[in-house]
Amino acid sequence: MTGPGAGPFLLGIRHHGPGSARAVRAALEQCRPAAVLIEGPPEADAIVHLADEEGMRPPVALLAHAADDPGRAAFWPLAEFSPEWVAIRWALAHGVPVRFIDLPATHTLALSDGGGARSGPEPDGSDGPRADAPADTDAAAAPYAAPRLDPLAALAAAAGYDDPELWWEDAVEHRRGADGGDALAPFAALAEAMAELRTAFGDGDGPDGARDLVREACMRLKIRDARRRFGDGIAVVCGAWHVPALTAKRTVTADRQALKGLPKVKTELSWVPWTHRRLSRNSGYGAGIDAPGWYGHLFHAPDRPLERWLTKVARLLRDEDFPVSSAHVIEAVRLAGTLAALRGRPLAGLTETTDAVRAVMCDGSDVPLALVRDRLVVGNVLGEVPDTAPATPLQRDLARLQRSLRLKPEADARDWEFDLRKDNDAARSRLLHRLRLLGVDWGEPVRSRGGTGTFRESWRLTWEPELAVRVAEASAWGTTVLTAATARAEARAAGTAALADVTALAEHCLLADLPGALPTVMRALADRAALDTDVAHLAEALPALVRSVRYGDVRRTDTAALGEVAEGLAERVFVGLPAACAGLDADAAATMRGLVDEVHQAVRLLAPEPGPGMEAAGSAPEAGAGPEPEPAPEGRGGPRGGAAPEEPGLRHRWAAVLGVLAGRDGLPGGIRGRAVRLLLDDGLLPDGRAARLMGHALSAATEPAEAAAWIEGFLGSGGPGGMLLVHDERLLALVDDWLTGVPAAAFAGVLPLLRRTFSSFDQGTRRAVGQQIRRSGPEAAGTASGGRAERETGALLDEERAAAVLPTLHLLLGMAHTGGS
Amino acid sequence: MTVPGTEAQARSEALRPHAEHAFAGELKALAAADDRPRPERWQLSPWAVATYLLGGTLPDGTVITPKYVGPRRIVEVAVTTLATDRALLLLGVPGTAKTWVSEHLAAAVSGDSTLLVQGTAGTPEEAIRYGWDYARLLAHGPSREALVPGPVMRAMAQGMTARVEELTRIPADVQDTLITILSEKTLPIPELGEEVQAVRGFNLIATANDRDRGVNDLSSALRRRFNTVVLPLPATPEDEVDIVSRRVDQIGRSLDLPSVPDGTDEIRRVVTVFRELRDGVTTDGRTKLKSPSGTLSTAEAISVVTGGLALAAHFGDGVLRAGDVAAGILGAVVRDPAADRLVWQEYLETVVRERDGWKDFYRACREASA
Repeated sequence: MTGPGAGPFLLGIRHHGPGSARAVRAALEQCRPAAVLIEGPPEADAIVHLADEEGMRPPVALLAHAADDPGRAAFWPLAEFSPEWVAIRWALAHGVPVRFIDLPATHTLALSDGGGARSGPEPDGSDGPRADAPADTDAAAAPYAAPRLDPLAALAAAAGYDDPELWWEDAVEHRRGADGGDALAPFAALAEAMAELRTAFGDGDGPDGARDLVREACMRLKIRDARRRFGDGIAVVCGAWHVPALTAKRTVTADRQALKGLPKVKTELSWVPWTHRRLSRNSGYGAGIDAPGWYGHLFHAPDRPLERWLTKVARLLRDEDFPVSSAHVIEAVRLAGTLAALRGRPLAGLTETTDAVRAVMCDGSDVPLALVRDRLVVGNVLGEVPDTAPATPLQRDLARLQRSLRLKPEADARDWEFDLRKDNDAARSRLLHRLRLLGVDWGEPVRSRGGTGTFRESWRLTWEPELAVRVAEASAWGTTVLTAATARAEARAAGTAALADVTALAEHCLLADLPGALPTVMRALADRAALDTDVAHLAEALPALVRSVRYGDVRRTDTAALGEVAEGLAERVFVGLPAACAGLDADAAATMRGLVDEVHQAVRLLAPEPGPGMEAAGSAPEAGAGPEPEPAPEGRGGPRGGAAPEEPGLRHRWAAVLGVLAGRDGLPGGIRGRAVRLLLDDGLLPDGRAARLMGHALSAATEPAEAAAWIEGFLGSGGPGGMLLVHDERLLALVDDWLTGVPAAAFAGVLPLLRRTFSSFDQGTRRAVGQQIRRSGPEAAGTASGGRAERETGALLDEERAAAVLPTLHLLLGMAHTGGS
Repeated sequence: MTVPGTEAQARSEALRPHAEHAFAGELKALAAADDRPRPERWQLSPWAVATYLLGGTLPDGTVITPKYVGPRRIVEVAVTTLATDRALLLLGVPGTAKTWVSEHLAAAVSGDSTLLVQGTAGTPEEAIRYGWDYARLLAHGPSREALVPGPVMRAMAQGMTARVEELTRIPADVQDTLITILSEKTLPIPELGEEVQAVRGFNLIATANDRDRGVNDLSSALRRRFNTVVLPLPATPEDEVDIVSRRVDQIGRSLDLPSVPDGTDEIRRVVTVFRELRDGVTTDGRTKLKSPSGTLSTAEAISVVTGGLALAAHFGDGVLRAGDVAAGILGAVVRDPAADRLVWQEYLETVVRERDGWKDFYRACREASA
């Protein structure tokens, strides 16, 4: 529509389209415009010169944020193959002025605030979402959000394509302009198509459309200004969708009217580094394109893109020790080419090459393919911005926080004590924790000198100059300390393999008060827990997690999700614990016994209500007595139905597990003894059951060392274990009974164990136990079995002593040694 | 040799007619409608072959039934592989229609799916290359007349598609016989000092099973000569439920099981359990799971349901219930008594117990595992 020489040259593009970028470059070379106008926030005019500086490496993003609220931000990411970037670079290289012509960010940000979740417009005949907002959605201003109806889909359907992206690829991006042709011709064709579409779909109805009209009015005004200043020979690079609107005849007054009364907010602009990963959709940021690496390749490859791409893939696979030869590359090229022909595409696209790589190079497996996707198709390119770029919003946000919390950066180390009950101190603590998550180790937690209460925290603060660099680096994660720390925590959760690390991260998230990151971290935690086969790991992670749940309560964080994960973790521990306890040596058994204790504590904290657990108290130990582990607690209700609580509580299930541990032969004595004790303490063993279990454990069939270990587990070291013996005569009698029955040869073996157990009781308890044994005679009427045991004990002792003196006595009395009683 | 009529009659009475006979009408209609370029000695163009497998409607209104229900990509890559003169290896767990696809590909490409070598642990080299008519050999010495060509050799001579079933069951040294055939496209006959050169149109489709135990892995030299296409398990639960119920229905009828009404809910449950354990993640994608050592293929799900139906019909109340399939599932999941049992219990406790409407199933499984 606009012939050469009769500007303005309207270059309709798709954002991040390498084909568009190439076409734009050719068009600029051909028209040599006096100025280049680009769809983007006009505030960026002041910093666009930085694009030409040494330190600037795409992918980078133009970032606009509200001056007083860095969380409200919008990004315009630019990759090396973005048409806008190409245009900027061309203009700077040729000394041509660059102007951004979109609606000023001052309005965009203000509008995004008012509209709530209303995101930006832009059915621009292009890729849809281009800018994104940081992780927290409240701050989202997205000048290029997903179009509500896809005009491209209509075009693609007209061309017989199911996938609009695919059609655009074939029609525009994969097409290499015929040399010597008119570089503007494709833009003219595209503009016509878009004009048709806009007639068919309407210029825009609904709120998005209205926003579009405002933006287009703004662009028209800016173009008019530019024409007055630079003449008609200017080039306009904008989303293809807008092209028809920019040539439409509208009066200046009408356009001015459209812009009148728009809300404003003070904004600042900067360049920030960007990554290919964030350009790609699968990062969750929705910047717009699936395959930045592939597009970058298409843009850079001078010729034979397919061959070059597959060679790249082969190199990558070879570096990773997959045997891939040149023959593979040849076959893959043939396959991809033929596939494209079969599918009727002009050139093998990413789908064809991926299919070919899978079938030829990867033996049909998706595993190496994932590598290719990650490293090449998306790519891990990281952009850089020069030092001269304006300060990042993260730096500003930090400075603001430092001011408001009266926490000045000082080079000398200084110790701080925070009382978390005070709001200001709690906020300081949160800030330091968040900074630590971001790798900015300004503060270092130190052991508190004062009390050990959970509301107290001690820090040592040192501000090193390089921390400023760290803050700048961390800017890639977000615009405020909060959002950046959240994003970073989420990324770490995804990248951490060990369960314990994720648990620590979860704790850190609570300390730093990052509720936004918690769901992701919890998910990672649940996933790691599900895949971890080592019960010991799970059991170790559980207490920390439960602590976090409680800590969260202290800080009034919502820990429902955390509790859910903790319960899931507990379930897995329950299932695996009996098997994990089998076949342990003494040391491992002692460790495991400790873990059983910790899990027990954790379960009590996690499920404090004693309801169902108490109610079902009877069934657990019975099951424990059976030869097979499964306590099948649900068996009690009979056939389903009835209003009885069908779900036994967490505590009850734990009791069932303890029942299994207590009753299963072959588990280490210490663990079995501990299980019985824990059940007994919770009142979950019916009368006589503990005594019976102890009787089993201490009967003659058991190895004395094993029995001693049982006693150690049962009584525990320290604590009130000894008092149990003082108060329960039957148990004391059982222990006593067993002890006196130990053969002399074995006694030396069990003595150290017993001594270890009993010496840990305080003196009073020991004395009480001794007295109890001495007094056993008169009180023998207590219970039948206890009485009998004590009587027997007494008799035995007397007999032994008597036996020792008997020979002497006989000698003295001059009697023959007759024996008998 | 035979009167055409007799042959046709024999075909129609065959227990299982070959693909090219069963779908002769569709192939003919496709050939008539197909105006795209065909590779030499192909009966159809690659596009038409893909249509034959995936189904569609021709301009003249002929409906082509889909032979393979699955991703279009799979079929396209397979056909393209054959068109680029590379051998095709179809991989997958049992019950993913490998043999079915290979038969139909051969039928559509060459019009003949019978040039088949069935791979077993005892497949000799002669089955792939050639054998001898020993009477002639002894009487007249080695000659072309005494030579008995194998299916692959015939395919080479005629430019047809040969098929090798269960390639990984064949001993490794015999497998490697294929290397010369695939790379040099020639089969030397040293006894005669001759060779058979493959004419254009020759190609080879092999199927193999990568998950089962007791397979002979392909040497990398051989593997290089194949393009590999992995046939996936059914993509969605709906597909899988559909496949299972249809197959169960067929099997039930052929075994004369008393008909059991509407077991779809139970089938859905079996399929869900199989899919979740196989994929290592619950259907809602929220919880990850450990996977047991078994393959848990669709074929196994079918046999679990069939077994459950038999139980319900003969010993139960005639309705397929959770208890009827629980034991079967346990048997399919717990292949390794120690590790798999843990996986199964963990699954029961963390997933099944919490799920709405699965109480009966949870109970039945607990009873079965006890």
